[in-house]
Amino acid sequence: MPKVTTVVIGAGHCGLAMSRCLADRSIDHVILERGETANSWRTQRWDSLRLLTPNWLTRLPGYSYRGVEPDGYMTAPQVVQLIDEYAGVTGAPVRTRTTVTSVRPADGGYLVGTDQDSWEVRAVVLASGACNTAAVPALHESVPAGITMLTPMSYRTPGQLPEGGVLVVGASASGIQIADEVHRSGRAVTLAVGEHVRMPRSYRGLDILWWMDASGVLDERYDEVPDIVRARNLPSMQLVGSANRVTIDLNALSGMGVRLVGRLAGVRDGHAQFSGSLPNLCALADLKLGRLLDTLDGWADGTGFDGGGPPERFASTEVPSSPPLALDLRNGEIRTIIWATGFRPDLSWLDVPVFNRKGHLIHDGGVTAWPGLYVLGMPFLRRRKSSLIDGAAADAFDLTAHLAAYLACPAGRGLSACS
Amino acid sequence: MAVTNLPVDNGVNVEALLGVRDALADTPEIAQFQWRATCSWVKGTHSKSSVDTFYGFGGEQHHKTTFTYDADHPLAFAAEDNGVTPVEYVLVALGSCLTAGVAAVAQQREIQLRSVQATIEAEMDLHGILGADPEIRNGFNGITVKYKIDADATSDEIRALVAQSQKRSAVYDAITNPTNITVEVA
Repeated sequence: MPKVTTVVIGAGHCGLAMSRCLADRSIDHVILERGETANSWRTQRWDSLRLLTPNWLTRLPGYSYRGVEPDGYMTAPQVVQLIDEYAGVTGAPVRTRTTVTSVRPADGGYLVGTDQDSWEVRAVVLASGACNTAAVPALHESVPAGITMLTPMSYRTPGQLPEGGVLVVGASASGIQIADEVHRSGRAVTLAVGEHVRMPRSYRGLDILWWMDASGVLDERYDEVPDIVRARNLPSMQLVGSANRVTIDLNALSGMGVRLVGRLAGVRDGHAQFSGSLPNLCALADLKLGRLLDTLDGWADGTGFDGGGPPERFASTEVPSSPPLALDLRNGEIRTIIWATGFRPDLSWLDVPVFNRKGHLIHDGGVTAWPGLYVLGMPFLRRRKSSLIDGAAADAFDLTAHLAAYLACPAGRGLSACS
Repeated sequence: MAVTNLPVDNGVNVEALLGVRDALADTPEIAQFQWRATCSWVKGTHSKSSVDTFYGFGGEQHHKTTFTYDADHPLAFAAEDNGVTPVEYVLVALGSCLTAGVAAVAQQREIQLRSVQATIEAEMDLHGILGADPEIRNGFNGITVKYKIDADATSDEIRALVAQSQKRSAVYDAITNPTNITVEVA
C-alpha cells in the first residue's frame, strides 16, 4: 500500500496552491484528482461564463496571470489553461482520474481509499471545493411535470432551453448572469429574488474588486468579523465579468424587461408562491452596498488615495409596486426553471466525525477537529477572499505552516520531546 | 474635559437573548415553542379570545396573567363593534413585532432610541370576503408600514434597523410567506 506524508484531494487552484506550499517545505505529498486538473472548470461551467474577478486578481503561490488582458475577465477555458500551466510549472504531483472513495482515521493518520490504490497518510487536505452539487430546495419536487429544470451546473447556453418563459430562482452571481443571457435570447425571464449582495462593477472609475483588495476588505480575517456564520453564508456578489464592464444589478435587469418577484417560498397545487419580502431584501442589499462604499471612501480618505473619480452612490433598487405573489406553473407560461440557489460541497466520502448536526464540516480557519485533517476553498475559510482564486495562496500558506508543525509534533506542541 | 457617554438603554436585555442563542448549540430542542390562544364565540361576530400558556425552553410556561381580547365587526358592517376586527389584530401584530425588533436590534447595535412610531395600513377589497368576485382575494392587497424614528443614529443606520427587524420578524415572515394551517373539528 503506497504511503505518503500528505494527500491533497482535488487538483483545482486550492489543491495546487497547497501542493506548492507543501513542496516549499519539502513535505512529500500527492494530489488525487477524480478528473483532470481544474476538473470543475472543464465540466461544470456554462459556455459564456467569465470570472467575476479581474485577471490581475488571480495570484497563486509563485504564479499569476500572464496574459495580455490584466483588466479583463477569464473564460472558463482560460482558467483551465492557467491552472494547467500552474500544475506544470510547479511540477505538482497530480494523480488524475483517481476518485477518492473514503477517508478514515488509521494508525498514525488516515487511510485514503480510491478507485485505484489506497494510501496510508499522516495528513489529508480537503481541496475538493465548496460547489460540488447544486443546492436545490426540496420544493422542486412539487413542480409540475413538463417543465425543464436546470442548475448552473447543467446549464450551458440559452439554446438548450425550450422556447418560452423561464423562471430563474436566485439573484446572486449565477442567477443574474443567467437571467441576463437567457432574457436576451428572447425568452421572457422572471427572476425570484432572495437575499443578495448588490455590487457595482466599477466604483469611482476603478473595478470594485480593486477597491476591495486595496482597502483590505478582502483580507479581513475570519476571527475578526463580528458574525462569521453570517459572513460565511453570504450569497455570491452580483457581478459579471465582461469586456464593457457592465453592472448587472436588479435595476439593469428590470430595465431590460426581466420581471422581478420575491423569493420562491413554495410550490402548491402547481403554483409557485413568492414571498412578499422583496422590498426589504432590496433595501437590505442597498444599505449593505452603501456601507461598503462608505468603507472604501473612508480608506481612500485615510490613506490620501486620490486616484479614480469622486465618491458616488447608486440609485436605490426599484421594486415593482405589486410584484406577483404567485405564478401558475401549469399554464405553459413558464417552460424552464433554473435553480440558481447555491451550491454545497460533497464530502460524503469523508468518514471522520468532523461534521455538526446539520452535516457541515466543523473547522477553525481550515483546521478541522481531527489532527492532520485540513480543508481549503470554503467561503471565508480564513479571510473574506478565501472563496476567490486569489485567496488560496494565503490560506494554503497558513495551513501548510500548521500542518508542518503537526507533522513535527503530532501529539501536540509543547511536549519536550518535540522542542 | 471628559465626555461621558451614557450606556445605551432601550430596555432590551440583549445579553439574555444572546445567551439563549448560545445555549442552542448544545440544546437545540429548547428552541421548540408552541404558542396558543383560545377563542369563544359570544354573539354575532363578537368573540372573546384569551392567551395564557405557551410551551418553550423545554417546558410549559405561562404569562403573568391571562390576557383577553374581544374581536368583532364595526357598526358599518351591521355589527356591534365590541372589539377590533381580526384583520386589525393582524396589523397590530405586525407593528408590534417589527417595533420590538427595532428596539432589540438598536440595543444590540448600541443605538439609543428616543421615539419609534409605526403607522400600518392595509388595503382590502371586500369583493373577496363577500364572495362577490372570485378573482379578488380575501386578504390584504398589500400592507404598508411607515416608521418615524428619532434616535442617535444616521438615517442609513435607522433604515438598517428597520430592515434588520423585518429580516428577523416572526409576524413579517408569517404574513409574507406561506404557512400551513390545519383546522380540525372534533
